[in-house]
Amino acid sequence: MRHVISVKVENKSGVLARVAGLFSARGYNIDSLAVSQTEQEDVSMMTIVVRGDDRIIEQVKKQLNKLIDVIKVSDHSDYPSVQRELALVKVNAQPAKRPEVYQLARIFGAEIVDISLKTITLELPGEPEKIDNFIELMRPYSIKELIRTGRISMNKE
Amino acid sequence: MTGAEIIVESLKKEGVEHVFGYPGGAVIPIFHQLFNAPLRFYLARHEQGAVHAADGYARASGRVGVVIATSGPGATNLVTGIATAYMDSVPLVIFTGQVSTEMIGNDAFQEADITGITRPISKHNYLVQNVGDLARIIKESFYIASTGRPGPVVIDVPVDVSKAETKFAYPEHVHLRSYKPVYKGHALQIGKACRLIEEARRPVIYSGGGVISSNASQELREFVEKTGIPITTTLMGMGAYPETDPLSLKMLGMHGTCYANQAVHDSDLLIAIGARFDDRVTGKISEFIPEARVIHIDIDPSSVSKNVQVDIPIVGDCRHVIAEINKSVKAPDIGEWIERLRKLKAENPLTYKDSEAKIKPQYVVERIYALTKGEAIICTEVGQNQMWAAQFFEYTEPRTFISSGGLGTMGFGFPAAIGAQIARPDRRVFDIAGDGSIQMNIQELIVAVQHRLPIVIAILNNGFLGMVRQWQQLFYDKRYSHTCISFAPDFVKLAEAYGAAGIRVEKKGEVDEAIARALSITDRPTVIDFRVDREENVYPMVPAGKTIKDTITMELL
Ligand SMILES: Cc1ncc(C[n+]2csc(CCOP(=O)(O)OP(=O)(O)O)c2C)c(N)n1
Repeated sequence: MRHVISVKVENKSGVLARVAGLFSARGYNIDSLAVSQTEQEDVSMMTIVVRGDDRIIEQVKKQLNKLIDVIKVSDHSDYPSVQRELALVKVNAQPAKRPEVYQLARIFGAEIVDISLKTITLELPGEPEKIDNFIELMRPYSIKELIRTGRISMNKE
Repeated sequence: MTGAEIIVESLKKEGVEHVFGYPGGAVIPIFHQLFNAPLRFYLARHEQGAVHAADGYARASGRVGVVIATSGPGATNLVTGIATAYMDSVPLVIFTGQVSTEMIGNDAFQEADITGITRPISKHNYLVQNVGDLARIIKESFYIASTGRPGPVVIDVPVDVSKAETKFAYPEHVHLRSYKPVYKGHALQIGKACRLIEEARRPVIYSGGGVISSNASQELREFVEKTGIPITTTLMGMGAYPETDPLSLKMLGMHGTCYANQAVHDSDLLIAIGARFDDRVTGKISEFIPEARVIHIDIDPSSVSKNVQVDIPIVGDCRHVIAEINKSVKAPDIGEWIERLRKLKAENPLTYKDSEAKIKPQYVVERIYALTKGEAIICTEVGQNQMWAAQFFEYTEPRTFISSGGLGTMGFGFPAAIGAQIARPDRRVFDIAGDGSIQMNIQELIVAVQHRLPIVIAILNNGFLGMVRQWQQLFYDKRYSHTCISFAPDFVKLAEAYGAAGIRVEKKGEVDEAIARALSITDRPTVIDFRVDREENVYPMVPAGKTIKDTITMELL
């Protein structure tokens, strides 16, 4: 199962390497990783999406907790949370196909951020599942480039 | 005060008396301050020797071992020693020099990214970027190294930081919001554990290195006394409970006693204390304890339910938790079980086929035990020598058996013996060695001579990398590929060249006399070259990944 784990860490050099190293050394696979600042200047938040059975996830959490610079580990799969991601998708779209692409973009709330002779680049923020669906719908138009920020997550109050 | 002075002052504040290390360009400012510091400095002859010596010191004394080495090759030479200490949870604080801060990342002369290199093999590490942080970092390092599950901490100090000046104030307290080891076990869990213990009919205690590092030996003894439950220990746990006691089942695992392995396998309750269900202990994990419920006491939450599903996990300091259990636990009704184990023990003793023509390595270990009245501190190398030292000596006190368990580092034993002898000048220290392992850090002999340490190096010289040869014999059609090392130095002459005493023993009848002579020499180390039976094997043996049904015993062959 896929788990979204957020890791509050001291904002110090080497912390990202420590966390990433832990995953590679123990053979856990990261689906996505997003790192950013938080409301506290000296604290960073890492949101890690990792797949594994309960035993592996339990170990991941324990091993993360063991790192001296890790302040808090929470598994967002356990509570209701808001999850967001941003994707940039560059699709091949000849003029004839453009109306279709525009329409799909409108339905999903994607914004057009660049247009060239042969391509349209779209920006889509939102729930990762929505982005997955949008990408599936864009595939027939042939995706030239695709990039995602990785998911960030916040527990609901 | 300069950074270098701060290091020395901080060591004094921490009560450090002994420091091990080796100088070099990036640490000259620190060595400049060590010159007249009130610390005993031991100049190793290879940085690996320094870190193993600090490790042996820490294991024998229970205190933090301290190492100082230079940047680049000095730092990388420490790596095996840091990994060894990390695997066995030994508290060390290691200072490495680094190129100056503005050169870092430029592939400067003698630059190595030692914080990067040691990240997965240290409990924590720091690169000091500002002299203002140095005192706090040292304070934190000693705290982190010695609390929770202990381990090595590396402090990388760029040379300009050593030279820079600031006001010195050693912090009184450590503020680490992200590091708060749990010492007290959960009361509810402890209560549940007591219930399980009282209901058990075939319980066994499986005690590990955590009992020794948390100094819980006394509490463990009370626990066994109160409950009457038999106890087996891991290699790292030996000495926590007297092996001379009838309830002791000695060591379990790959080369453990048949009765310990059988008892654990047949148990209905396994009480794991400060042990981590290592594969050398469990063999094939799915058949390790088919009928047992498990109580697991450990300070490291990540050790619990890692390899084996645990019924009652108790995260906390072994000493504290056992003391709590002792307050309320009642003895279970296990008369039948004890009787069964007594028989098992009597029928399957640890043994070997003695010989008059050849010196059996096990015999040598037994004679060391007899002639030191079991009071020596035994360090070991790795291989057959290590297992015989574990099997044929009876350990009765914690911190008297010192061995690289987790990493299995050849070359560990002798430098560790130097540290142990420094920690315990009141005891005789032995390094039970193989002829292969001893050659990995033989250069440290001069350190023992210089400091007049009366360590006895008992080489069980079989002319082979014996343990590997044993595997080749048993599992690889006796193809002794590159394990014959009979092309060897003359260890007696070598000892003498260093200024140590050297004794060669080729007959069984000379064994006692040689040990007695070594014991009479108290102002320098003695190397005894015991020419033992070349193809003796360590039994019993549960082959890797197998179960106790597959145990190879001497009688089977
Ligand atoms: C640094 C290192 N290299 C290799 C090994 C693999 N190894 C384990 S036991 C062993 C043989 C040790 O030979 P020796 O020291 O002569 O001891 P014996 O087994 O003969 O008692 C070897 C090579 C190791 N444990 N450590």
